Amino acid sequence: MKYKAVIGLEMHCELKSDSKVFSRSRNGYSKLANSNVCPFDLGFPGTMPSLNKKSVREAVMMALVLNCKLPEYMLFDRKHYFYPDLPSGIQLTQNTMPVGVDGAIEIECGGSRKMVYIHDIHLEDDAASMDHFDDTSVIDYNRSAAPLLELVTQPCLYSAEEAVAFLEHMRSAYKYCGTSEADTAKGQIRCDVNVSIMDEDATEFGTRVEIKNVNSFSNVYDAIKYEVKRQSELKAAGRYDEVVQETRRYDDVSGTTQRMRSKEDAVDYRYFPEPNIPRYRLTPEWVESIRREIPRLALERKDMYTGTYGLSEYDAAILVREKEISDYFEKCITLGMDPKEACNWITVNIIAYMNKNELTIDELFLRPEHLYFITDNVKKGTISSKQAKEIFFKVLAEKKEPSAFISKENAQISNEGELGEIIDGILAANPSEVEKYRGGKEKLFEFFVGQVMRQTRGKANPVLTKELLHRKLDQ
Amino acid sequence: MTYMTKSVEELHELLIKGETSPQELLDEAWRNSREIQERYNAFVTVTDKAEETEVTDHVLSGIPYGAEDLYSTKGVLTTGGFQALCDYIPFFSAGPADRLAETGAVLAGKTAVGESAAVRNPWDPERSAAGSACAVAAGAFPFALAVDTGDSIRRPAAYCGIVGYKPTYGMISRHGVIAGVSSMDHCGVFARSTADAAIVADAMKGLDIDDMTTWDSSDVHLRAALQGDFAGKKLCYVKELCDIRNYPDADETLKAHLANFMEKVVMLRAHGAQVDEVSVDRALLEAVSSIYLVISCAESTSNLTGINGLVFGPRGEGRSWAEQIKNHRTRGLDTSVKRKVIVGAYVLKDENQERYFKNAQRGRRLIVDAWKELFRAYDAVIQPAGTGATDAAVLEDAMLIGSFGGFPSITIPDGFVDGLPAALNITGNCYEDEKILDIAYGIESMMDYKGQIAKEVRK
Repeated sequence: MKYKAVIGLEMHCELKSDSKVFSRSRNGYSKLANSNVCPFDLGFPGTMPSLNKKSVREAVMMALVLNCKLPEYMLFDRKHYFYPDLPSGIQLTQNTMPVGVDGAIEIECGGSRKMVYIHDIHLEDDAASMDHFDDTSVIDYNRSAAPLLELVTQPCLYSAEEAVAFLEHMRSAYKYCGTSEADTAKGQIRCDVNVSIMDEDATEFGTRVEIKNVNSFSNVYDAIKYEVKRQSELKAAGRYDEVVQETRRYDDVSGTTQRMRSKEDAVDYRYFPEPNIPRYRLTPEWVESIRREIPRLALERKDMYTGTYGLSEYDAAILVREKEISDYFEKCITLGMDPKEACNWITVNIIAYMNKNELTIDELFLRPEHLYFITDNVKKGTISSKQAKEIFFKVLAEKKEPSAFISKENAQISNEGELGEIIDGILAANPSEVEKYRGGKEKLFEFFVGQVMRQTRGKANPVLTKELLHRKLDQ
Repeated sequence: MTYMTKSVEELHELLIKGETSPQELLDEAWRNSREIQERYNAFVTVTDKAEETEVTDHVLSGIPYGAEDLYSTKGVLTTGGFQALCDYIPFFSAGPADRLAETGAVLAGKTAVGESAAVRNPWDPERSAAGSACAVAAGAFPFALAVDTGDSIRRPAAYCGIVGYKPTYGMISRHGVIAGVSSMDHCGVFARSTADAAIVADAMKGLDIDDMTTWDSSDVHLRAALQGDFAGKKLCYVKELCDIRNYPDADETLKAHLANFMEKVVMLRAHGAQVDEVSVDRALLEAVSSIYLVISCAESTSNLTGINGLVFGPRGEGRSWAEQIKNHRTRGLDTSVKRKVIVGAYVLKDENQERYFKNAQRGRRLIVDAWKELFRAYDAVIQPAGTGATDAAVLEDAMLIGSFGGFPSITIPDGFVDGLPAALNITGNCYEDEKILDIAYGIESMMDYKGQIAKEVRK
């Protein structure tokens, strides 16, 4: 393509909290419409917002993750518009003083690293959700006044791939920080995408088109691809004046974007500071305590896994996909497991078991301590690798401590003295075979191994058995 | 026997002694209210049922009262003065109404909203009044709740010859009180004595989880603070407001009001108070009304966005939601409200904000700072309240400053001009409600207007 695409994203993410950001009703997805509502959510006359401290904490945390500058205090602005999803006609947002401005975060895209610059991130409340039917529409206020964090990037993304990589990165960051479930299927992430094109060597941006309410990452990808193609074709055909500053919507059935409203119809939101929320001071101590609670994020962990631990890109990526799995892995390392061994157990056995049984890693009975116990016993020679695997599945299925499956009877014989005596007995009982072996019939070695296994009913440590047999026969 | 002209403390004593009962008081309040409604149009609703109340140790138990129709009252029609809310019966009560209910006070009626020509002044039908002020002045009950936004408690109190008190912003919760200008709305009270105003505010104040602007006033005890000790108090008045020489075209009424005020200054000095004349930049005083217009219209238009008929009020007709909202607002908001909405939308418009709204906020800050400067040297600023003089706009508008700063401010009757009540306003620094009420109590005790009931001096 002969034009460069320039993309800016607005990513709205619903935050996790017990109550809503500006009211006392429950913040949570519910199938039963209008079950999590209170007078404020419905815009009852005389009701006022009560700011949720937890939402502020989460907003501050994400602003810190994005390396933004924080304001001295939290200030909210009223944004006005008439629409049935907004009963009070007022959305509370942060127009004049967002919780974070001028941030930057490094992401990975297609194997290379890229800085994404953040214009701002601000805390606001969500509107009600609506369903439209042929001749009627219904409103569910459960989402009304729920906490929403909106981040706005600079126009610094240059492809659909980069845009989606950034969104994936942020989804992971939200989940790692525990600030959001970040589930697109539940509508917890919604995006607006700004797209323009320009000549490769141009210095000025082209005409910006905004695509509103794109609700899945694959739709973001498709919408950008479509919009870049549409604008490029018009420009190539000398009809670039037909690309106008406007708001469009993405239709995932046809895979196209369609005009919603032009710049001239833009709404004047008449922002001004919300008088009912006194300025809420962000003390440096509090901000620091929040900063200390930010966990290491996926990309940093992945770098450590491939660097320090020598894992493959592929394995490291699997381990960091979910924070819980990564935490599990790191716990195994802390206990003393070999990183590659822990990685193998997790990526091969544990994840397969989780998928098959539809469990999360935290729901498994088998904790890192159990896994360490099993592998440590293999290392000590108490059990064989084969037994280890059996015990692993027994622990998962029967929800019992692994020690319950390592008893005197099934314990491997790894004691040199004990095994030596058994071997001595077998050699003494088979003098002619010993004679033939020493005479050059080396195939008989397996016969002796078989005899040891038969006598110990398979419990003899196979490595030690072979070692001792060689020592005694080859002397 | 009539009881409703008595003070809260007198009634409490009669109730404790068993000389009257809550029911007898309520019946009289209802009777008076219906009569006052007929004569002066002061009510939206006179209630007709109330839960039986017991007389307890609380001085407000069993005492009937009125509330401006801006206060949400559970199970009782609450219109906020809007046609759009003509059917709204809340399922919860406003924070202050809840607090009063806990004391055992009994809601006897909902009064007409704001200062309005539709409500007749019980002294003079030609004069303006407010529903709650009219009802208290005419003796419906001893006190009534109202909202002071610009000066809408303190001015009607002056016209009606009673006490009007607006505490420090955030002392009384606004939860469930239909919003006008959120940054200036103050819940307050009309009463016929400073003591009654203090008692009611004591009962209503306090932190409320549903109003983040409330502050902890648990160590403030207004009634207990009324000692009337005047020695050592430092008061001031602003020359640019109170000196007759500022008004070359003053009519006889204004002259009489200012003369009455100066007599009171002499009286206060005689009682040992220091009263100084101070000077404030006249340009600031002249900007007050424009600043109020801009900010009040801006916040009003915002608060009125919720009047859209989708959740409340009769759903507007129309084929689309936009049409329905438009028709609902066209019919549900009267002309004066529409004017506010249009001015408000204009001053908040993106390209106008800097010039109008933000400048108004800067002006508000300058004026508040000027008053705070006065409070560094003085306990209170006093001025004549509600002279009704059309040729003294700066004086008439000056009480708005109390709302700009969220200052505690109280108006008390201090004489008569042309047979109609004259009044004195006392305004102090934020959080100094005890001091301001004590000063008012002291001044009130020097005069003989406490507890007065309106008499129709003109027909």
